[in-house]
Amino acid sequence: MPYFGSEETVKELKRALSNPNVHADRLRYKNYISKVIRMKDLDSWAQSEVLTFLLRYRPRSDDQLFDILSLLDSFLQSAHAHVTVATLRLFLQLASAHPAVQADALLRTSAPLLATCGAASRELRFAGLCHVQQVMRSQPGLFGTHYKRFFCGYSEPTYIKFRKMEILVELVNDENVSLVLEELRSYCTDVSPELAQAAIAAIGRIARTYSEKCLDILTGLLALKQDHITSAVIQTFRDLVWFCPQSTAAVCQTVEACVDSPQDSEGKQALLWLLGEHGDQISSAPYVMEGYIDGLKTELSSAVKMELLTASVKMFLCRPAETQDMLGRLLHYCIEEESDVCVRDRALLCYRLLQRGVEETRKVVTGPKSDPSMSVLTGRQEEPISQWTATFNTLGPLSGRDLCPQTAVISAADQPSSSAEKELLPDEEISLSLGSPLSHETFEKMWLDLEILHRQTLGSPRPRTAPDTLQAALQLVKIQTLAFTPGDTVPWKAYIYTRSTGTLILAELLQGDQQAPGSDESLVVSVKQQPVNQHAIRGFVSILKSVLQTLNVDSS
Amino acid sequence: MISQIFILSSKGDHLIYKDFRGEASKDSINVFYERVTALSGDQTPVVMAHKDLHFIHVKQGGLYWVASTKTNPSPFTIIEFLNRLAALTKDYCGSLSEKSVRMNFALIYELLDEMVDFGYIQTTSTDILKNFIQTEAVSSKPFSLFDLSNVGLFGAETQQSKVAPSVAASRPIMSSRGEQGGKNEIFVDVIERLSVVIGSKGVLMKSDIQGEIRIKCFLPTSSEMRIGLNEELSIGKSQLKGYSSAVRVDECRFHQAVKLDEFDTFRILKVCPSQGEQTVMQYQLCDELPCAPPFQLFPSVQKDYVNRVLIFLKLRCDLPPKSTALNVSITVPVPKGSVSMSQELSSPDQTAELQPKNKALLWEIPRFPGGAQLSALFKVDVPGLSSASLLEVGPVSMSFELAKQTCSGLQIRFLRLAPSQTGLSQRWVRYVTHSDSYTIRI
Repeated sequence: MPYFGSEETVKELKRALSNPNVHADRLRYKNYISKVIRMKDLDSWAQSEVLTFLLRYRPRSDDQLFDILSLLDSFLQSAHAHVTVATLRLFLQLASAHPAVQADALLRTSAPLLATCGAASRELRFAGLCHVQQVMRSQPGLFGTHYKRFFCGYSEPTYIKFRKMEILVELVNDENVSLVLEELRSYCTDVSPELAQAAIAAIGRIARTYSEKCLDILTGLLALKQDHITSAVIQTFRDLVWFCPQSTAAVCQTVEACVDSPQDSEGKQALLWLLGEHGDQISSAPYVMEGYIDGLKTELSSAVKMELLTASVKMFLCRPAETQDMLGRLLHYCIEEESDVCVRDRALLCYRLLQRGVEETRKVVTGPKSDPSMSVLTGRQEEPISQWTATFNTLGPLSGRDLCPQTAVISAADQPSSSAEKELLPDEEISLSLGSPLSHETFEKMWLDLEILHRQTLGSPRPRTAPDTLQAALQLVKIQTLAFTPGDTVPWKAYIYTRSTGTLILAELLQGDQQAPGSDESLVVSVKQQPVNQHAIRGFVSILKSVLQTLNVDSS
Repeated sequence: MISQIFILSSKGDHLIYKDFRGEASKDSINVFYERVTALSGDQTPVVMAHKDLHFIHVKQGGLYWVASTKTNPSPFTIIEFLNRLAALTKDYCGSLSEKSVRMNFALIYELLDEMVDFGYIQTTSTDILKNFIQTEAVSSKPFSLFDLSNVGLFGAETQQSKVAPSVAASRPIMSSRGEQGGKNEIFVDVIERLSVVIGSKGVLMKSDIQGEIRIKCFLPTSSEMRIGLNEELSIGKSQLKGYSSAVRVDECRFHQAVKLDEFDTFRILKVCPSQGEQTVMQYQLCDELPCAPPFQLFPSVQKDYVNRVLIFLKLRCDLPPKSTALNVSITVPVPKGSVSMSQELSSPDQTAELQPKNKALLWEIPRFPGGAQLSALFKVDVPGLSSASLLEVGPVSMSFELAKQTCSGLQIRFLRLAPSQTGLSQRWVRYVTHSDSYTIRI
C-alpha cells in the first residue's frame, strides 16, 4: 500500500474500508451481476469472498433470481470445497421461496459434501460431517444409500467418530439396520471408554424404533462384565424404558438376570431408578435395593443416596411387605446420621409424606412412566431449510450446540438507521425464546396497560384438538400459554406470550365473538408488545399461523 | 477475516506469530494452548471459542497451525487455507517439521505477508508468490548431488539411474534467484488410500478407495505437460458390467488448472504445473474392489488353561507374487487385564508385543511378499478369565503400505512435457497404496 501516513493510520483506514456499512454504492442489481460474471476470473479465495458478500442481496423478482442462479450454477461443482459450500449457501438463501430449487441444489452438492467427509485432512472431514448433519435435518433421505461412508475408521480421532455415530443413528432404516447395528456393536468394546459409551448410547437411540435387535445386542454386552460397559448399558435401558414403554418387560427381564451391579454413580442412579419405577416387574428388586441400603455408609455420592430414597419410597408403595423394614432403616440413617443437608431434607420429606398416608405419597411420588410429549409428535419432524441456512457454512455447526452465529463487529456509531438498509439485508430469522414465566397478575396488568399494536385474522379456525395438545405444540415453538377457556365455549379465548430479541409479546386468540368482526369462522389474534418491534410481531404471527395450520391438518 | 495466525509446536513453543488486524492481543496464544491441551476426549478441538475470539486449527507435522478470528467465517475456507499454508511451507522448506519451521521463520513470515492482507486471503498460488519471495530456504539436510548420482562405477549405467531414493522429492523448490544447481525434475505420485471392513465370515462388507494424483514440480519454468491415463478408464457407476477388466472409478475431481478437452476421448490431462506440490486429480471408488482384498485372516481364539487365551492367526497375502507389502502391522485387541504374552512367530524379523495400556497386541512384519502365508501363535495370560472375555478379542486392524501398485488399476501410460523445455528433465512416477483403515472382524 502506498504510504498515507503512519502504520496506525493505515490500519484504521483498512479497517474502515472493510466495514460493510461504509461501502458507498448500494447493492444494485447491475453491480451485483457484474461481480457475478467476473467470478470466473478470480481465484478460489476471492470467489468465496465474493460469494459471502453476495449473501446480502435480496432479488426483487423471480427473473432476477433465476438469472443469478444460472450464472452461479457452475460453481456448485467447483473443485474447491469452500467455493461449493459457499455457493450452496447462497442458493439456499436466495431461493428460500422455491423449495424445489433448494432441494435440487442440495442433491447436486451431496456428492462433493460426501467427498469432504472422506478427505485426507481430518479437520476438513470434521467440517464436512457437521454440515452433512445440518443438511440431514431437512433431507434425511439424501445420504441414506451412502451409510457405509460413515463407518468409523480405526485411526480417526474420537471427535470424528462421535459425529459419525450421530449421523449413523439418523441414517438407520429398515434395510441397513442390521449392518449398522453390527458396526456399532464392534465399537462398544473399544479401548476408549467414552467411545464405548457413545456407541452404546447410539444403539439405545436406535432401539426406540428397532427394539428387539438392539435389546439382544445390549444384553450380550452385559455379559462382558466390564464396568463402564455395564454402566452405560443400564443408563441406556433407563432412557429406553422412558421413551419406549413397550420394551419395559424385556428390559426388566434382562436387568433381573444381570447379577453385576455398576460401580460408578451414574450407573447406580440409573439402576435404582429402574428398580423403583418398575419394581413390580422385577422380582429380585427389593433384595438388590437392600444391598444398597446396607452399604449406605460407604456410599460417597449424594445423588445416588437421593435416588435411593425416592426409589425405596416408590418400591414401598408397590411392595410394602418386603420393603418396610429396610425403608425404616434407610430413613433413620439419612435423618439421624447423614451429613449432607440435601439428602437429609429429602429423607425428611419422604418421612413426613409417609406420615400423611399412603394415598398422599402415591399422588406425589408416582409420575408418568414414560415420556408424555411423545403423543404430540411421532417420529422426527423434518425441519424447514430456512431454520439452519443462517448457520450453514459458518463456525456454528463445528463448535458445539450452543454457539450463536455472531455478526461482524460493528460499533454502535455505525448502526444504520435508514429504512433503505432494509433492502440490503435479507429478513432475519425471528427466534422466539421462553425466558422466565410470567405470573397471571403481571400478565393481566401488562395487558390492561398496553395498547393493541396489531390485529389480524389468521384465516384458520381453532384447532379441534385437546387443549393439552395445543399447549404442547405452542410450547414446542416456544410460545407459552397462560390460559384458555375450556372446551367448546363461545366465544373461545386463549392468552399466550413469548419473548423475542429483547421484546415481550402478549397475544390474545379469539373466536366466535360477536363484537369482533370476522371471528366467526377463524381465529383473530390481537398482539400487544413491549417494547415495540414490528418486525418481531410479523415473525411471531407467521410462526403462530404455521403451528395452527399444522394442527388443523393433523386433526382433520 | 483472519485476525491472527500462529504456529505452535506440540509443546507450546511459539514458532510463528502474526497479527493482521490488531483486534486481539498476543496472550491469545497461551489461551489457545491451554484450551487445546485441556480438552477431554469427546470435545471437538477444531473450532474453539474464547469470549468473542474463535480459534480454528489444524495439526500437521506435529505442529499446531492456528487462525483466530472475531467474525464467523466459513470453516471450509479457513481449514483449507491452513492446510495450504502447511503445504506451501513444506514446498519451500523441503520438509515439514519443527526444525524446518524454526530455521526458516523469515521465509514463512514473508509468505504470510504476501498471502494474507489485513485478514483477507489474497493468493496461495506458488507461481504468483514466487515473484515476491526473496528469502532462501535453509534446509536441515544439506542437499547433495551425490544422492542422485546416475553414473555407476566405471561409467556403467546401473540400477540407480532408473530409481531415485524417496527423499529426492523432498527438497526445497528453488526460488527464482537461486543458483543453477539442481536438476529439472518432476515427480508424479499416484497415491491411494484403502478403507476395508471384512466381516466375521470373510465376507467383504465395505471397501473404499480414495486416490489422488499429485505432482511435485521442480522445473524452473512451467510448461505444459500431458499425462495419459488408462485408455479404458471409465467413470461413474454403470449397471452393465462388460467382460473387459476395465479400470473404473466412481467419480473424479480435477484441479482448477487442468484442461480436460482431451480427457473424454483419450483420457489425457493437460496441465501447466507450478512449482511445488499440487493435487491434479482426486478420485474414489466405493463398494467395489477390482482386485481381491490384499490380506485375508483366518483367526482362531480359544481358551487354553484356566487363565490363558490362545490366539492363532493365519494371515495370507493375496497380492500377485512379484509385489510386496511393507511395514505391515497388525493390532489385535485383547481382554482387559491381560498381563503377559508369549509368542511363536515364523521368522526372526517379525516382532510382537503386548501393549496393556492400549489393551492390544501389536504384531509387526517388515516385508510381506505376495502370495505368502504367515502364521503366529500368541498365548495371552489373563487372570480372571471368563468365557465372555473371549468376545473382547475384537476386530483386528491392519496398517500397511503397498509399493508400486494401485488397487484400482489406474496407471499413467505416459508423461510428456512440451518440447520447449531446455535441457533434460527427468520424470519420475510412483505408485503407492496406503491402508486408511483395514479392519477384519473375528
